[in-house]
Parts: sequence; C-alpha cells; structure tokens
Amino acid sequence: MMAHGAWRRLRADRVAMVSLAVVMAFLLMVVLSASGLIVADWEDEVGVNYAPPSFVGGATVAAAPEAARQALPDNPFDPLADDLAQLRAQAGEGGTPGGAARRATLPFGGDKWGHDVIKKTIKGGETSIVIGLVAALLAVSLGTLFGALSGYWGGVVDDFFNWFYSIFTAIPSVLMILAVAAVLQQKGVLTIVLILGLTGWTGPYRLIRAEYLKHKAREYVLAADAIGASHWRKMFGHIFPNVSHVALVQMSILVVGFIKAEVILSFLGFGVPVGVVSWGSMLNEAQNELILGRWWQLTAAAVAMALLVTAFSLFTDALRDALDPKVKA
Amino acid sequence: MTLLDVRNLRVAFRLDRQHSIEAVKGVSFSVPRNATVALVGESGSGKSVSSLAVMGLLDGAVVDGSIEFDGRELLALDSKQRRAICGKEIAMIFQEPMSSLNPVFTVGAQIAEVLVLHMKMSKAQARRRTLELLEEVGIPEPALKIDAYPGQLSGGQQQRVMIAMAIACEPKLLIADEPTTALDVTIQKQIMELIARLQKRHAMSVLFITHDLGLVAEIADQVVVMRHGEVREAGAAQQVLTEPADAYTRALLHCRPKLNERPHRLPVIADFLGDAPVIPAKAGIQGPQAWTHSLDRSGGPSGLRRNDGGGGGAPLLEVRNLRKVFTQRQGWFGKREFTAVQDVSFTLARGKTLGVVGESGSGKTTVGLTLLRLHQATSGSVLFDGRDLLTMPTREFQAYKRRIQIIFQNPYASLNPRFNVGDILLEPMRIHRIGAGDRERTAIALGLLDKVGLPASAFQRYPHEFSGGQRQRIAIARCLTLQPEILVCDESVSALDVSVQAQVLNLLQDLQDELGLSYIFISHDLSVVKYLADQVMVMQHGAVVELAGADALYRNPQQPYTRALLAAIPGSG
Repeated sequence: MMAHGAWRRLRADRVAMVSLAVVMAFLLMVVLSASGLIVADWEDEVGVNYAPPSFVGGATVAAAPEAARQALPDNPFDPLADDLAQLRAQAGEGGTPGGAARRATLPFGGDKWGHDVIKKTIKGGETSIVIGLVAALLAVSLGTLFGALSGYWGGVVDDFFNWFYSIFTAIPSVLMILAVAAVLQQKGVLTIVLILGLTGWTGPYRLIRAEYLKHKAREYVLAADAIGASHWRKMFGHIFPNVSHVALVQMSILVVGFIKAEVILSFLGFGVPVGVVSWGSMLNEAQNELILGRWWQLTAAAVAMALLVTAFSLFTDALRDALDPKVKA
Repeated sequence: MTLLDVRNLRVAFRLDRQHSIEAVKGVSFSVPRNATVALVGESGSGKSVSSLAVMGLLDGAVVDGSIEFDGRELLALDSKQRRAICGKEIAMIFQEPMSSLNPVFTVGAQIAEVLVLHMKMSKAQARRRTLELLEEVGIPEPALKIDAYPGQLSGGQQQRVMIAMAIACEPKLLIADEPTTALDVTIQKQIMELIARLQKRHAMSVLFITHDLGLVAEIADQVVVMRHGEVREAGAAQQVLTEPADAYTRALLHCRPKLNERPHRLPVIADFLGDAPVIPAKAGIQGPQAWTHSLDRSGGPSGLRRNDGGGGGAPLLEVRNLRKVFTQRQGWFGKREFTAVQDVSFTLARGKTLGVVGESGSGKTTVGLTLLRLHQATSGSVLFDGRDLLTMPTREFQAYKRRIQIIFQNPYASLNPRFNVGDILLEPMRIHRIGAGDRERTAIALGLLDKVGLPASAFQRYPHEFSGGQRQRIAIARCLTLQPEILVCDESVSALDVSVQAQVLNLLQDLQDELGLSYIFISHDLSVVKYLADQVMVMQHGAVVELAGADALYRNPQQPYTRALLAAIPGSG
C-alpha cells in the first residue's frame, strides 16, 4: 500500500532521518532506563550538594561548607557530643554516600542532594517522554475518533459531540484537570496520562471534525460509496489518509504542551509522586536554584526538552510531507 | 493598424534552482484595432499564460520577447507604469466570475472602485456611472442590483458584472479568458452577444481566449491556434475554420461531436497528426466476436453508427415518478423545501444509452445520484430487474451496487489522492469479493488498465501523476472492476479537453459495444449527448421537458425549451 512509498520518500529526506534518529535515541534511552540497564544508580548522592559541572571547576563553591565545619570550635559542654560522635562513627561504617566519597564536581553538575544531573535528566526523561507521547497519542486518538464520527455523521451525532465539546471547553482547564485528578484519586504516571489525554482531545476534535465535514462531500467519498465501501472504511480508509496531516501536527503540538503541563501538575501536587523524577520536577527545583546561581539543572532539562521537541516537530513535519504522494521525493 | 503586437514571446516558470519549464515558446501574434482575435488551444497550450503576460500578472515567471501595446513596449515599463495601463487601457475578464468577484463587497462597490482608482471620479459620479454600466451590460433592475452581493446574483449576471467592471474605464483592449466556460449554454450565448455588441459600440479590440472552436466562429475576425506553447496556425477566422492549413487545427475541428453527423467513432488528434496512437490496439477479454466492430471502425471516421433512436430491447431499469426534495432547516422550527427533481420517469434498455440534458440546476445530476442511493429519494421507485432499488434494505442494495456504477464529472476529485491506482482498482473487488485473491484481482485490474488504454506501469502510480483524460480512464476502469450493467456518466467528459473528450467518448462507445453496458449519460453539452445517446431526456427545473429518440429530438424538437437549447449551441446558427 502507500506505506512503502511514504517510507521511500521519508528515507530521501535528510532532515527527517536526522530528527528520526534523535527521537529514536530518546526512546531508546527511555527503554534502557525503564528496564534499569542505565542510570539505575541516579539516586546515589555522588557529588557534594550543588556540585558544579567539572568544566566550570567548583573549588570555591565546594570549599565553603568544609570551611564552615572547620571554623566551628569544639564545645566541651555539648550534652549531645557523645551521642553525635557515636552516630558519626556508625554512619562512617554503614558507608552512606556522605563524607569523603562525595566528589567536588560532576560532569554536568549535581543537584541539591548531589545527584548527577545527567543521570537525573535521563531518568526524568523516562517520565516526561512517556507522559508527553502517550498522553498526546491518547488525546489525538480520542479527538480524531470523535471528530470523525461527528463530522461524518452530522445531525444528532454531531450535536451530541458538540455539546460534549462545549461542556469540556467551558470549564477552565486547570479546574478540569483537578476534577479528573480528584476522580482518579491516585498519583502516578498513568494518572497524568489519563488526565492530560482526557482533557486534551478538544483541539484535535474541532479540527478533525471540520476536515471531515469538508471531505465527506468530496467526490472520491461518493465514489467509494458507489463501489459499496462501508461507513467505517470511508471514514478511516478513505478520508483519514487525507486529513492525517492535521492529526500529526496536533500530535506534535500536544507532545510539547503535555511535557510542560506535567510541570504544572507537579507544581499543583497532582503530578508525579515524590521520589519520581521528571523534567517537570527538575524545572520546578531549578526555580530556587537559579537564584543561587546554580544553572546546570535547568540547562540540562531545558536542552533535553528542546532537542526532543524540535526533533519531534521536524519529524512530524517530514512525515506529513512523506505521506502526501504529491510531494516529490 | 495594430493595437497589440506580441513578438517572440517566451514565458518560463522556475520549478527549482536548476529546472524551469517553458510554457510559451516564442509566440507571435497581433491584435488590430477594433477587431476580435481569438486565441484557441487546449489546456497546456499556453494561451492563458500569453494573455497573463500581456497583463503583467505573471509573478515569478521569466518573460522574454516583446509586447508592444499602442506604440509602447510593455516589458520595458516598471511595475507602476504597467499597473496604470492594466485595468485602464487593457482590461480582463476571467473564467470563473464566482471566484473573481469579492464575495464580501457589493457589486456596485467593486465597479465603483475601478472608477475611483483609474478615472479619479468622486463617489457620487462613480455610482452614477456604475448604474449606467450595469444597464449597458444588461443587468435587470440595475438600481436594485447595484447593492447586491455577488452571491445574490446568478452566474450569468456575475459575469455581466465582471464585464461591466472591465469596460468601466473604456479600455482599448479587452482580454476575455474563457469567459463563458463556466456558464450554461443559453447564458453563454447571451454573454457572447454582449461581448460582440460592446466591442462594436466602444470600438475596442478583444482578445478572446477559448478552447472551443465553435465559439470562435461566432465572434472572431482572426484566429490564432496554439498548442504546446507554440502558434500552429494564424489567419482570418473564415479561412482557418473552413480551410485549415494545419493538421492540428483540422483535428480540433473534427474531434468535437457535431449535431448534424454521427460517426461511429470520433476522430482524435492522433488520426490527423500521425502521432503514435494514444489508445494501443488491444484484444477484448470477452472473446473475439465482441471486437468485430473494431475492424470496420478502424477504417476511419466515416462509418455511421447503427443505433438510431428508439428505446428498443428489454427494459433493464425503470424509473417511476422519482422525486427528490431537499429540506433546509431555518431557525429552530422552520423548514424550507426545495424540489430538485419532480416526477421523473423513464426506462433504460439493456445495451442502450439514455442521454440526460439540462442546464445547471435542472436536477439532472440529482437524478443520477438518487439512482445509486447516493442521495435518498423522497418518493418514486427505481425498478431494476423488477426489484425497487430505493426501498430495499441497505444490505440487499450492496449487491446491486455491483450492477449499477457511476463515473463522476471531475476526475481530479473523484479519485482518492492518497491511493495509488492499484489500490483504487483492487478496493471494489476486495469489498465485493471478486476474484479468489489479490493475485487474481491484480490480474483483472491489469487487464482493465489495458482495456482503458493505460500501461501496466500505471498500477503503482498515484492519480496526480496522470492527466485529466487518463484519470477519467482510471475512474472508468474502477467501475468496470465490478462488471456493472448500468453506468451512470455524470458530466464525465465535461472537464476534459476537446481532443481528450473524443478519446474518452470513443472508449465509452467501445465498451458499450463490447460489454453490452447501458449508459445514463448526463451532460449539459447537447452535441456530446447526441453522439452517444439513443434516447434523450431534456430536463428543466427538476422536471422532464421532453423525452424522445435522439435523432427525432434533434431533428424535430417538440418543446420550446428544447428548441432554445439547440439554438444556443455555438455554430448552430
């Protein structure tokens, strides 16, 4: 069928192949980190608090707490001195990642607890990419299905979906998200995916419905009717390939939007649970760090996001062209 | 005394950095003062591009050569000077009045704009002049219509408004680019008369661009025939039309079906130019006896058709009192009804052709779509083998879809652009489970491609890679995959060039001879219908005006409307 021609055209497009490679690399990273093959140790506190990137060199920043500890004179009247000494000794034996084992600098810096920012970004990507892609896929699928039904059948079906759409869009989006979150009553990646997917279908719905309204009266659809094609076949076999570009563009917009939306949800306390890291939670932490001049966590998360989002947008764009047989390879 | 002198005009369009395509390859012609010159050619001949070059409306094209207008070299002027001439001294009317007028301004405002801009009139003066102009181009009740929006006018009236706008500044040259192609034949006649009258009264020159040589005879003093960006022949209209020197002109004159003769096979361009035949010789799959006709037919355009009038033979399809009413919701409870088809009855015999003729809005297309249940009929019955197609359940009708098929008007719209030809041809067979597997279906599809005169390599390609005529062949092949008994052709050749139209008509004729198909041939073009039809049904305002054998109807029309239609055909006198 047309898939073969589309792949051939996609292969010929250098931008498409580079962006596809970048997206695939991100996905591979997600799979590897989810299966624990890489960055399983991201929670090890390998560096000192806010360890700066190695290429900056962080002697001054790292030295400060040490100096502060040295400067404190021994207090002979401290009633807890013995207990503290005992605790310190135990901690040293237990091998907690504190003390001398912590490094002063990390390849791209460390966060508040001394986690390696690169590993943290990769681990955070696991959450963010899954949320962005799956939620966007859910939203676009729902929007496409509703839009197709609504535009193709018209009449009562259309009225029903439009009424449904109006209710959804009449409620402020944050309130809507909180309402869905309250119903689901759980924290976790799946919850966020459902929240975003179930509230995000309205945009694609409206556009797809308009396309179906336009296309259902086209002669090629009448011709398909004349040869006896079923309604389902006309909707998804004939019309959908002609409107798929709308769904693709919506998909790329929503992926970006949902990665950002997860940040807001995390901020409101409806996001990922404590202990799970995502690009959203990293950006959230970065707000406070930035005032202290610790820019690396923000940079790492932002660069990763920008890279994925750009590659994804370019790829969907190229895919749209490749799926259109009129565009010459 | 020449007004416009085009010398060695070349126009090339950039495709990308390296490639460009030359649409006009060194064309020369001239338009004398106070005369009408017709530029004739098929699509892709460069006739429109040449006229746009004169108007300076070609953005991004490389225009070379010389265009001298009234002693000035247009190509040497800068764009500001050029604009001052265009619209004032050279005016243009376009093919589609519906899309050339701005729908959100009243027609009065649009005409007045030209007057204020070029003639420096005040608003009040412009309005007065606009009224005069509307009167002059024959708009009824100009005082009312001046404040109408384009959508409130009919197609013919819209074209009159365009003409009023064009002559507003008393141009020396009027370029009319296919001004009547989108109009009904009776309206076309009125517009042609209007242009001829205005040309005489204002003593202007007219450059009339058309694909229809029949129209040319009525209006032109001189004719320039173009093909593939070159001038094939130029000369006085009388001489070109009666004693064409060029083979291509001769071919164009003969391709078009005529009212007074009815050859078994229409001549095509290849017959005259000695090109390789466009439809390769092919063997019928139905058995040798089916193709005996092809032997005497290959002798040339001399053989006469054997069918003459009458609806003899067993009736295959019987339509009784077909009626279709469209309802439109108005407000919450209001409804407005529009009767598109009323009380249409006819019978179609096996292996015969029923022509359905009418102007736009006559309900002829609605009849065709209702037969296939693409529109739901309001009442009436369609008996196919004694069973009523309109009342049977959808599931049962599915089987009948195999037996009655439709070819649409616009081959650019009726093929799904995302499917390749193979998918297009295999799909109906998959739906109806024809053939044992995809291998067998592919074999059938390839056989049909051959039958409609397309190479097997077409199988993998997409519709946009084909020309209009080739696409219509694909659409025909798609219908044939189901081996139908009845084929509804809804304006199936109207969007095609004259020469391509002849090829497709020949193909339809061959297929009828070979497969015994019955056609319902819907068209606004009476000469095309005359060529193909055994019986002709004339429709107006949704009702049947006249139904008779083709020859009888054309020789001796009974109804005044039929007579008016026949009289409006260009070249009928």
